[in-house]
Amino acid sequence: MKMSFNGPTEGVLLIHLSGEWRIGGDLPPVKEIQNQLMSEIDIRKVAFDAKDLTQWDSSLLILLKKIKTLCSENSIFMDHEGLPKGAKRLLELATAVPEISDAKKVKEHETFLYLVGAETVHFFRSAREMIAFIGGAFLAFIRFFKGKARYRRTDLTMAIQECGAQALPIVSLISLLVGLILAFVGAIQLKMFGAQIYIANLVGIAMVRVMGAVMTGTIMAGRTGAAFAAQIGTMEVNEEIDALKTLGISPMEYLVLPRMLALVLMMPLLCLYADLMGILGGSIVAVGMFDINMFQYYIQTKGAVSLNDFWIGLFTSAVFGVLVALAGCLRGMQCGRSASDVGNAATSAVVTSIVSIIVATAVITIMCNVIGI
Amino acid sequence: MAHPQQTTKPAPYITIRDLTMAYDSFVVMKDLNFTIDRGDVFIIMGGSGCGKSTLMKIMVGLKEPAKGQIFYNDLSFWEADLSDRMNIMKHIGILYQYGALWSSMTLAENVAFPLEEYTDLGHNEIWELVSLKLAMVGLSGFEDFYPSEISGGMRKRAALARAIALDPDILFFDEPSAGLDPVSAKRLDDLILELRDSLGATIIVVTHELASIFAIGNNSVFLDPETRTMIAQGNPKMLLENTQDPKVLNFLMRGDTKGHIS
Repeated sequence: MKMSFNGPTEGVLLIHLSGEWRIGGDLPPVKEIQNQLMSEIDIRKVAFDAKDLTQWDSSLLILLKKIKTLCSENSIFMDHEGLPKGAKRLLELATAVPEISDAKKVKEHETFLYLVGAETVHFFRSAREMIAFIGGAFLAFIRFFKGKARYRRTDLTMAIQECGAQALPIVSLISLLVGLILAFVGAIQLKMFGAQIYIANLVGIAMVRVMGAVMTGTIMAGRTGAAFAAQIGTMEVNEEIDALKTLGISPMEYLVLPRMLALVLMMPLLCLYADLMGILGGSIVAVGMFDINMFQYYIQTKGAVSLNDFWIGLFTSAVFGVLVALAGCLRGMQCGRSASDVGNAATSAVVTSIVSIIVATAVITIMCNVIGI
Repeated sequence: MAHPQQTTKPAPYITIRDLTMAYDSFVVMKDLNFTIDRGDVFIIMGGSGCGKSTLMKIMVGLKEPAKGQIFYNDLSFWEADLSDRMNIMKHIGILYQYGALWSSMTLAENVAFPLEEYTDLGHNEIWELVSLKLAMVGLSGFEDFYPSEISGGMRKRAALARAIALDPDILFFDEPSAGLDPVSAKRLDDLILELRDSLGATIIVVTHELASIFAIGNNSVFLDPETRTMIAQGNPKMLLENTQDPKVLNFLMRGDTKGHIS
């Protein structure tokens, strides 16, 4: 990789290129050429002599492109004649379309303040989108109750099947195990006071009032919320949502409404089922390990769990249904147009759902405490 | 509401006036002015990434323009109220680049959906129409297939059947030949002309496929990514013969302009 200069004579600077030019070698510094072009001597043309050039690849083109830029900046003509034929053609190809300077993404200097500002702007933008989405979903619900919403009944029944019957195995397993764990952890402490029978109270109240709803909500966030985001996100990628919009059909009614309805209808039922499975799990520990018979366990649970607890659990689960459906559909609708965006939408749906479930649980618990139920 | 200028010719069907398209602060195209007459096969052409599909999205209501207006007859699309805009959109059929068939529906259900939404036809009449439309695009017998079960070319044809389900006045095609073999592309071109002649539809095609441009286009606009505006308008064959613009000539001759540019 050798470069030397001849001249300038009569306004022409001749650049000699020789040796083997390969990527990975040391490129001659552009500064040398810059110094030559900036010298006080008037240069009107840059020419090349590449007779001694044995081999070359893109490394030569990198240098030539830089020289070309320098020449055009200084209004100097660059004569390509002395260059190898292939290099000449590739250089013309690389410089054929001028750079569109404002198409480049401007990289701001990311100071701490800049990052805080950018995150704040992003937060408010997301909050605005979320509020607009919730408003749109609410309006879709109103149209549904007025009987004006446009959606396919088969989509609703499919969503009900997906959110209901198909979720039963995983809800059974998780709820049974949660009941079992609650009973086991509580029983060890209660046994010290000879109060094993209160396992039924502990498991019954915990499952019915909060744990049944929270566990079902979490399962549905991971299972159904992510699926909603992925389904709608993929439709966005495939322009299916554009096709709906241009047909004058609201994606909010057509896609979001059936999914939200299905989850709101199915969540209380799943929660009820989870409550029963959790109590069953507790009874397995109580009967199997602490000599309590099944009838005693049943009577104790019946006495401990009030109807209020049931209603609170069912109300909580319906709220979770709305939250999971909203998070899943919102993230799906916000999805970009690439495959990775679909993955991000699914992940984001799960995170948003779980965070909102925890926050909602805290709010409902405090409210119940304030009301005194 | 503003109205397009009156001329001695019959009023153009679609008028684009001073249109600027942008993504945030980045202006994709500016100062677009052209008209499309009823019955035209109008080509929006230009190199990759010049904003052809964005222009189509603005024309069909999927993206708002940064500036300017689009008139359908004498109604300004983006200034019209929602019901008027929806009324225009009902008369538009679109074939998206990758079909955009609804994946949860069969081909028949895809074609039937616009009919169910916008007509009062009974079940049997709708299914007769569905069979007819699918037969028109050579997909008779594939009614119960899902989009994932057929090839890309078939998906495109099924999407065309959906686009023509309501016998639209205006048909948009986004890169119709993309991903098709030459024979299928030729069949689609023939189908486009057939639809123009039989339905009397105005057809707008976004493409850079030269074979299609010359085969079907009777009017066109050329978008230039460097100047970010339109630099030519007219019949593509006439443009090839008469244009003095090296960029247009270069495009229309696939870069092989030796002997044409003096």
